[in-house]
Amino acid sequence: MKLSLTKVVDGCRLGKIKNLGKTGDHTMDIPACLLYTKTGSAPHLTHQTLHTIHRLPAMAQLTLSSLAEHHEILADYKEGIGKFIGMPESLLYCSLHDPVSPCPAGYVTNKSVSVWGLGGRVEMTASKFMAIQQTLQPDWFQCLSDGEASCEEATSIKRARKSVDRSLLFLDNCLRLQKESEVLQKSTIIGVIEGGDVMEERLRSARETAKRPVGGFLLDGFQGNPATLETRLYLLSSVTAELPEDKPRLICGISRPDEVLECIERGVDLFESFFPYQVTERGCALTFSFDYQPNPEETLLQQNGTQEEIKYVDQTKKIKTTSCNQEMTSFEINLKEKKYQEDFDPLVRGCSCYCCKNHTRAYIHHLLVTNELLAGVLLMMHNFEHYFGFFHSIREALKSDRLSQLKELICRQAS
Amino acid sequence: MASAVSPTSLESAPRLMRLVAECSRSRARAGELRLPHGPVATPVFMPVGTQATMKGITAEQLDALGCRICLGNTYHLGLRPGPELIQKAHGLHGFMNWPHNLLTDSGGFQMVSLVSLSEVTEEGVRFRSPYDGEETLLSPEKSVEIQNALGSDIIMQLDDVVSSTVTGPRVEEAMYRSIRWLDRCIAAHQRPDKQNLFAIIQGGLDADLRATCLEEMTKRDVPGFAIGGLSGGESKGQFWRMVALSTSRLPKDKPRYLMGVGYATDLVVCVALGCDMFDCVFPTRTARFGSALVPTGNLQLKKKQYEKDFQPIDSNCACPTCQKHSRAFLHALLHSDNTAALHHLTVHNIAYQLQLMSAVRASIVEKRFPNFVRDFMGTMYGDPTLCPTWATEALASVGITLS
Repeated sequence: MKLSLTKVVDGCRLGKIKNLGKTGDHTMDIPACLLYTKTGSAPHLTHQTLHTIHRLPAMAQLTLSSLAEHHEILADYKEGIGKFIGMPESLLYCSLHDPVSPCPAGYVTNKSVSVWGLGGRVEMTASKFMAIQQTLQPDWFQCLSDGEASCEEATSIKRARKSVDRSLLFLDNCLRLQKESEVLQKSTIIGVIEGGDVMEERLRSARETAKRPVGGFLLDGFQGNPATLETRLYLLSSVTAELPEDKPRLICGISRPDEVLECIERGVDLFESFFPYQVTERGCALTFSFDYQPNPEETLLQQNGTQEEIKYVDQTKKIKTTSCNQEMTSFEINLKEKKYQEDFDPLVRGCSCYCCKNHTRAYIHHLLVTNELLAGVLLMMHNFEHYFGFFHSIREALKSDRLSQLKELICRQAS
Repeated sequence: MASAVSPTSLESAPRLMRLVAECSRSRARAGELRLPHGPVATPVFMPVGTQATMKGITAEQLDALGCRICLGNTYHLGLRPGPELIQKAHGLHGFMNWPHNLLTDSGGFQMVSLVSLSEVTEEGVRFRSPYDGEETLLSPEKSVEIQNALGSDIIMQLDDVVSSTVTGPRVEEAMYRSIRWLDRCIAAHQRPDKQNLFAIIQGGLDADLRATCLEEMTKRDVPGFAIGGLSGGESKGQFWRMVALSTSRLPKDKPRYLMGVGYATDLVVCVALGCDMFDCVFPTRTARFGSALVPTGNLQLKKKQYEKDFQPIDSNCACPTCQKHSRAFLHALLHSDNTAALHHLTVHNIAYQLQLMSAVRASIVEKRFPNFVRDFMGTMYGDPTLCPTWATEALASVGITLS
C-alpha cells in the first residue's frame, strides 16, 4: 500500500492510496469517506438500490459491534466477511464501534475491550479480537483500543495515560498475533491514537503508535457534540503533525460537512459517512450546496433555489432552536413538514440520484406521513449521493485550489 | 355479441383480454390483457402496493422483476394523500412514478377489515377515519370519483362486502345491493375509455345467491369480472366450489379476477378453475416477517437452523436476492435493525410469485398444464396424495387427477 500526496494546501492533503487491499490492486483518492453499513449492509439498501448511487466510496466501513456476535458463523463460512455480505469486490474497513450508537462506558480493562451488538456484550481480549478478525478478513481493521478517556466530561490525566498505555499494549499484542497468522497478514492494522484531552498523552500516543508497523492511524476521541470538537481541534493539529505523511489518517465519529472540512484542514484523510444516515432517520434530506464554483448559466437557474433555502434557514433559525427537532442541522430539510405536501420539485434540483430523478418532495412527504418503508430507502439513496458528491467537490476544490471557497459556502450554511 | 339490458352498458367496448391458449382438460387459460399502460400476460399475480408504494422496494426494482400491474387502494389513498393531490401529481401513475398498469380496489374490502370503523347503508359506507376521527361517506359515486382521479387502468366497483363467515339475510342484502351499486358505478364512471371498470360477483357461500349475482352482473357489459367475498375465513371446500361456480358462469372472453388469493397452491388450483388475475398481500407481508417463499413452502429465515445455511433461498431463483445472498446472511441481517433485510425478502417473494405465474402460463401455452400441476403439488407436498383434500377435489372437478 502506498499513499502519494499530490499536494498539501493549508494543511489539507490531496492524494491517492495505491496498491490497496488484500489483493493489492485497488486505488482510493483522498480525502474520502467510507460507506457506512449496519450489519454489513448499507442502511435500507440492497445491492440493486445501493448501486444506483453515483461515486460510491471504494471502501466500506463495517462495525465489529454488529459483526462480532456472528464470528462463529463466519469461522464456519471461511471465506471472509466481504463475500458473506455480498460485497466481494469492495474494500472493507472494520471499526470497533458503530459511530451512531455510542456504547456504554466502563467496560475496558487492561486485558479486554467490549463491543455491544444487538445480542448483547461481546468481550474481547487481544487473542479473541484477532481470532474474530481472522474470520472477517477485512482489508483494514481498527486495532483493539481503549477509547474511554474521551467519554466522560473531564478527562483525568491518569485516565488519559491509561488509554494510551492500554492501546499500545493491545497494539503490540495484536501485531505479534498477526505475525503468527498467514491469513491475518493480508489485512492491514490501523493504529489508534488515544489520550483524551491531554496534549502530552496525545503526543505520546501519536509518536509511539507511529513507531509500530501499522498501515494507518485512527484518530479516536474527537467525537462528541459540536462544541467538543471545537475545543479538540487544536489537539488534532498537534497529533497529525506527529504522524508520518505517507500513511492515511482516519477519524471516527466526525461526519458533518463543516466538521469534515475542519478536520481535513488539520491533516485528516478519511471519514465515516454516518451523517447522511442520521439525516435519513429523522425524515430529512440533505440540501446544502457544495457548488463552490457555480457555472454562470446554471447560477441563474439554480441560484434562486439555493438562496431560497439559505434564506429560509436564516429566517427559521430562531424557530428551530425552540422546536423539539433539535438534532436537525441546517444542511437539510424536514420532509415531514406540511409545506412539502404539494411540492412537486425533486429533493434537490439538479441532483442525479435515483430519488431526485424519479420522485418529488410531495411523494416523500406522503411516504413519511404514512410510515412507509420506501421513505427510508429513497432518502438514504439521496442522502448518500448528496454526501458523496460533497466529498467529490472537496477533492475538486483542492485540485483547483478553491477549498477556501467551498469552506466559505459550507460555513454560510452551517447553523 | 350478447346484448346488454342496462341502458348504461357499454355494448361497443373492445375486449380487454385476448385468449392465447386454453387447457384442453381444465378451465385454465393463458391470455393477454391490453391495458392503457401496456400488455399484461395472464394468468397474472398482482402485488399489492396499498399506499402508492410497494413496501420498501422502488418502482425500478418492481419493474426489473417483470411486474406489469400492481394494486393501489382507494380507501387509503382517498384519505392520504387524497384524490386532489394525486390528480395534481398526474394521477397515481405520476405520483408514484409507476410506468406500467395499476388496479385500484374500491375500498369495499376495508368495510370488512375495518368493520369497527364502518357502517353500511344503501347510500354507501360511512367510515370514521382512524387518523383524525373524521367521518367520510364512501358511496359508489365517490369511490368511482376517487378512482377516476387516481387514473388507474382497472378500477373496481364499490361492492357491499360481507365476511364469508356471515350467514343469513345480510348476505342476500349485500348481493343485491352490490348489483345496484355496480349500476351506480357504471353511471358515475367518467373515463370508460381510459379506465376499465370491473364488476365484483358477491353472494357469499350460497350457491343460489352467487348464481343470481352472476346472472345479473353478466348482463352488464363491463370489461371484466372479479370474484369477491371469498378468501376470508371460509373453509377451503366452500371456497373452491364458489370459485368454480363463478367461472362456469362468467363469459370466456373477459378476464376473471379472483380477489385476495395469493398462496401458491391456491393460485395453481384457481388457474385450473379458470381464473386469470390474482392479488394478495401475503407474499409481501410475510416477507416483512422474515418468511421466504420456496417451491416446497416457506423458510422462516429468522430461525436458528438458517444461521449457517450458506445456500441462497432458492438456487433456481433468478431474483437479485438469490443471486447475491445466502440464507445465513439474510438470517443475520433479519436479526439486525437494518430494514434492508425486509427488502431482500420482499424482492424474492414477489419474484417467486411472478416466476410461478410465468411457469403456469408457459405450461398452458405448451399444452402441459395438468403435468405442471402434478409436478407442482408433488414438490409442494412431497407426494401428490399428500395434497390437501380440497385442492385434490377442486382439480378433479376440472379433470386433473393427481396420482
